[in-house]
Amino acid sequence: MTSMKSVSVQRRQSFKRRLKRSFPYYLLLLLPIAYLFIFHYMPMWGLQIAFRDFQSQTPILQMPWRGLHYFEQFFSSALFWQYFRNTVAIAFYSLLAGFPLPIILAICLNECRFARFKKSVQMVTYMPFFISTVVLVAMILQFTARETGVVNHLLEFLGFNRVDFMARTQYFRHIFVWTGIWQSMGFNAIIYLAALSGISQDLIDAAKVDGCNKWRRVWHIDLPGILPTITILLILNISSLVSVGFERIFLMQNPFNLSVSEVLSTYIWRVGVAGGNYSFSAAAGLFNNIIAFALILIANFTARRVGETSLW
Amino acid sequence: MTLQNNNEKTNKSKWRNGWDDKSFNIIIMTILIFMLLIVLYPLIFVVSSSFSDGRAVMTGRVVLWPVNPTLEGYAAVFRNNQIMIGFRNSLIYTVVGVVLNLIMGILAAFPLSRKDLVGKRFLNLFFIFTMFFSGGMIPRFLLIADTLGLMDNPLALILPGMMSVWYVILIRTYISSSIPDELTESAELDGCSAIGVLWRIIVPLSKPILAVIALFCGVAIWNSYFDGFIFIRDGRLFPLQVVLRNILILSNMDPEMMADIRGAVNRQAMQHLVKYAVIVVSSAPLLLAYPFVQRHFVKGIMLGSVKG
Repeated sequence: MTSMKSVSVQRRQSFKRRLKRSFPYYLLLLLPIAYLFIFHYMPMWGLQIAFRDFQSQTPILQMPWRGLHYFEQFFSSALFWQYFRNTVAIAFYSLLAGFPLPIILAICLNECRFARFKKSVQMVTYMPFFISTVVLVAMILQFTARETGVVNHLLEFLGFNRVDFMARTQYFRHIFVWTGIWQSMGFNAIIYLAALSGISQDLIDAAKVDGCNKWRRVWHIDLPGILPTITILLILNISSLVSVGFERIFLMQNPFNLSVSEVLSTYIWRVGVAGGNYSFSAAAGLFNNIIAFALILIANFTARRVGETSLW
Repeated sequence: MTLQNNNEKTNKSKWRNGWDDKSFNIIIMTILIFMLLIVLYPLIFVVSSSFSDGRAVMTGRVVLWPVNPTLEGYAAVFRNNQIMIGFRNSLIYTVVGVVLNLIMGILAAFPLSRKDLVGKRFLNLFFIFTMFFSGGMIPRFLLIADTLGLMDNPLALILPGMMSVWYVILIRTYISSSIPDELTESAELDGCSAIGVLWRIIVPLSKPILAVIALFCGVAIWNSYFDGFIFIRDGRLFPLQVVLRNILILSNMDPEMMADIRGAVNRQAMQHLVKYAVIVVSSAPLLLAYPFVQRHFVKGIMLGSVKG
């Protein structure tokens, strides 16, 4: 009995001591917490305008309550569903085409025996990562221009007709996805290369002794070795599916391709900030965020079940 | 008989292996060469075009190397005040932003890396939740433009991005995986305060990860245009990327650049030339700095990938 008492007293004391010891750390955390509170949690509080009529210069709690009015409005709008489909199409196309390529590049680099050639390929393929979105889109526009673009010069040289790529709806997705891959492939390969370099040489040597050829070594050693990395990156990619490169898509839009290029995030911006319809677009934004949040939970849960790897 | 048979089999499988390895090497080299060319060609084309005669660029005579080399495009770029102002502004925004990110990152990461911090679980959740859920574009815009009233204020480009939870986690992982607890504990026993430990031990020993984050963060700020585009109306405050958008994508050329050029075709040719020169000039600082920091960059990504 006494011993139990003393233990609990000790514990309380040690808690007090730990609290006292933690105090300076709380002081250090003050600014970061204030930052998160203002720039991340206040916008979450501000999400209420999705359920209220926005009025400027009114405290948010005094704006008239509209319930699910704005959600019903966009769920019943045909445009909204068209843009939702555009978002899904671009997101999955990007994922399916863009996810495997960095892995293939990393495996090729890892197996390349000419050190200098390997270094040059790495160096060159990382470079586009440093090009800004604005410059990348400018390059796309310059190259695909109907009369002056290098792609059209090539088409004409080969005997085809010139095409106004950016104004044709059927090309938009391909251009968007493949230029994105062009920009990020090398950079995304770095992380896989790092994982590949962590695979033990003993394992590879043992496979060699057992008469495994290179194809089999890639399949049975390299791929399983980097599987945890692949899983983590897949989860991260899935969780950012719905945001589909907002800044780049926004710059690539023009009135002719809008029917395929308008995605939820650009639509939210256009209706909200540009059109001043804050409540409606905040509601659409909330829907967007909930999907993103659900996707990451599902992806993480599946990964934990199947591969025993997860983000948390 | 059986022995011979066996021998034959191993020979055969060795031969097959050799052939498979050969096909493997050929395919790998083909893929690498293909990827190298695909990435390299557009870059070379842009640089070559920026040095060429504008008419040659327009009519497709520039294929790989510059045609009738000239520096006219670059001369026009450096005559343009807007671009120079954009350069200066972006330099300021980037330096201030990077310094703030490093300070905030380490201020948050050091306490979160302590094992005995009371309420650590809750604090972690408080930080990490913001990575997975956000208020979204509209509440963020209203907060910055309306509530904080930062429209047309350079702070609108600096404050909202002054910290990133992603960097905090990178630093925290680095501290707890590569700075031994004994080191900080013995310093505390010697009477060093938490701030002393932070300043004398954690900061000097975290330099590699801080360098990497400075790089990541610098690239991100230098290349971002959207906040500048929505929050800044005053041309004197534009970051470089907003200026670039006006010139490259909206084709709003400053009359200064076109001052002494006669004839519509010549003007159009000059426009193309200027665009390519602008692309090169604006991307050059990062691309030139890159080879020097490449080693750190790769290391940093590996550090980050050690644990999620």
